[in-house]
Amino acid sequence: MNRPATSLLAGTRSIRWGAGWNRLISALALLALWQGAASAIADPALLPSPLATLQAGHAELMRGELIFHVAVTLARVAVAFALAMLIGSAIGILLGRSAMLDQIFNGWLVIGLNLPALVTMVLCYMWFGLTEVAATLAVTINKVPTVAAIVREGTKALDRALFEMTHVFNVTPGRVLLRVILPQLAPSLMAAARAGLALTWKIVLVVELLGRPNGVGFQIRTFFNFFDIASILAYSLAFIGAVIAIEAFLLQPIDRRLGRWRRA
Amino acid sequence: MTGLVLSGVTRDFPEPTARHVLRGIDLTIARGEFVSLVGPSGTGKTTLLRIIAGLDGGYTGDIRWQGEGRPRLGVVFQEPRLVPWLGLLDNLLLVSGPDKIERARALLAEVELAGNEDALPSQLSGGMQRRAALARALLVEPDFLMLDEPLISLDAALAERMRRLLNTYWRQRRTTTLLVTHNLAEAAELSTRILILSPSEGRIAADCGLPPPSPRSHNDQAVSAVLEDLRRITHGWPRPEDQQTRGEPGAFSRAG
Ligand SMILES: Nc1ncnc2c1ncn2[C@@H]1O[C@H](COP(=O)(O)OP(=O)(O)OP(=O)(O)O)[C@@H](O)[C@H]1O
Ligand SMILES: [Mg+2]
Repeated sequence: MNRPATSLLAGTRSIRWGAGWNRLISALALLALWQGAASAIADPALLPSPLATLQAGHAELMRGELIFHVAVTLARVAVAFALAMLIGSAIGILLGRSAMLDQIFNGWLVIGLNLPALVTMVLCYMWFGLTEVAATLAVTINKVPTVAAIVREGTKALDRALFEMTHVFNVTPGRVLLRVILPQLAPSLMAAARAGLALTWKIVLVVELLGRPNGVGFQIRTFFNFFDIASILAYSLAFIGAVIAIEAFLLQPIDRRLGRWRRA
Repeated sequence: MTGLVLSGVTRDFPEPTARHVLRGIDLTIARGEFVSLVGPSGTGKTTLLRIIAGLDGGYTGDIRWQGEGRPRLGVVFQEPRLVPWLGLLDNLLLVSGPDKIERARALLAEVELAGNEDALPSQLSGGMQRRAALARALLVEPDFLMLDEPLISLDAALAERMRRLLNTYWRQRRTTTLLVTHNLAEAAELSTRILILSPSEGRIAADCGLPPPSPRSHNDQAVSAVLEDLRRITHGWPRPEDQQTRGEPGAFSRAG
């Protein structure tokens, strides 16, 4: 009786091991490619080797700069992301619930969705000066339409029969939002968070590059002026690492919990 | 307790149904009445309930509540309409607020669902969900109670116990009640008045008062006289396809 179970388990484990190996080999291949290209070009100023990049990153880390600038950027992302999710979801729910509002504001949303991020940034800096508020505003404005559009579609798909039930029983709006609307919107909110976050990372760097005295984007501009490619790569890698960590340790667990909530 | 006056309520649906479902319904339900609405499938019983509940604004005519302000409604929809991701107790507390937890537990016990407080609707049978929906409607202490075939898909013995529960609830509170049922015997056992909605004409074909129901059976003399009349009126009408009472007496045509 035990034998088939054991062999089945062994089979699964070997598949998992296989996946792990594949990822490791893929990462090593990328490194080898990088190293090969660096050796071929043979100009550390143009394309530093992985080791040189690591050394540059280590130097920044030791000076305390790397952590500081990555943290500053993450804080900006967090604030703009939270604001955009809050405002975008509210707009999305309103537009999804009211056909009239949707007709009136759909055009605005289309303009917002197609407004180049660079335009909002430049305008915000010109109107409000090179301030933190202007930077946050620029990033938030860029992300709100995306979130609103996704949440609006999710809201339109909400179960009408449940709304009829809460209507006849006169359930308070707060309770309807918390217990009926949000659980149904969880997948849309998650999709909006994903799409929004991917956008925010990239925009925040440009905003910093254009008009902030700190953050990863600012550092990249500094090293651009010094033609220090190793440091630019080091900051990029550190930033990518932070993004992946947040995805793995924050977003995915939340996603799993919401999934359980929905299935429940 | 609240009364209700309908005058000339008419509901047409556009193509493709393109039917006059309700045509000029004039109806007064006095406070404290228990009215049963009987009629074959597709005659507009649910439509009438939805109009009264304020869920269908596409009617012409007039609906007026007697009493102060908007009455508190308790509704059992034709489908259970429980929130799928909330347990039974949370489903009940959603409509009443968290402070009614003791009453909610008691009501769940009364509809024989004790022990299922945390169960999700999908983990329950159709009949169990229906009883939870009944408990939910009673929990809000409604001024006006609307029940759309609440006892369908219950076995005969359980349906009998639920009828007794409804009867007790009504005798204690005299909540104005409008019950939709396919089952004349059920209507006779519970109501002070039976309305028959005629097929295809969209009007009320019969309106008979009954002596107030203390616990009684449909063998009561006065009641059986009324039932005899109603059976004559409804004789030859299509039997509802979703008749689930399985051999209980008192469907439209007498079984056998
Ligand atoms: N939203 C709608 N659009 C078009 N036609 C509708 C709509 N709702 C109901 N009808 C029509 O109105 C008629 C009455 O429907 P209703 O649901 O009120 O019947 P009912 O008496 O409750 O029947 P049952 O006993 O089967 O529940 C049906 O013929 C149906 O086709
Ligand atoms: Mg119906």
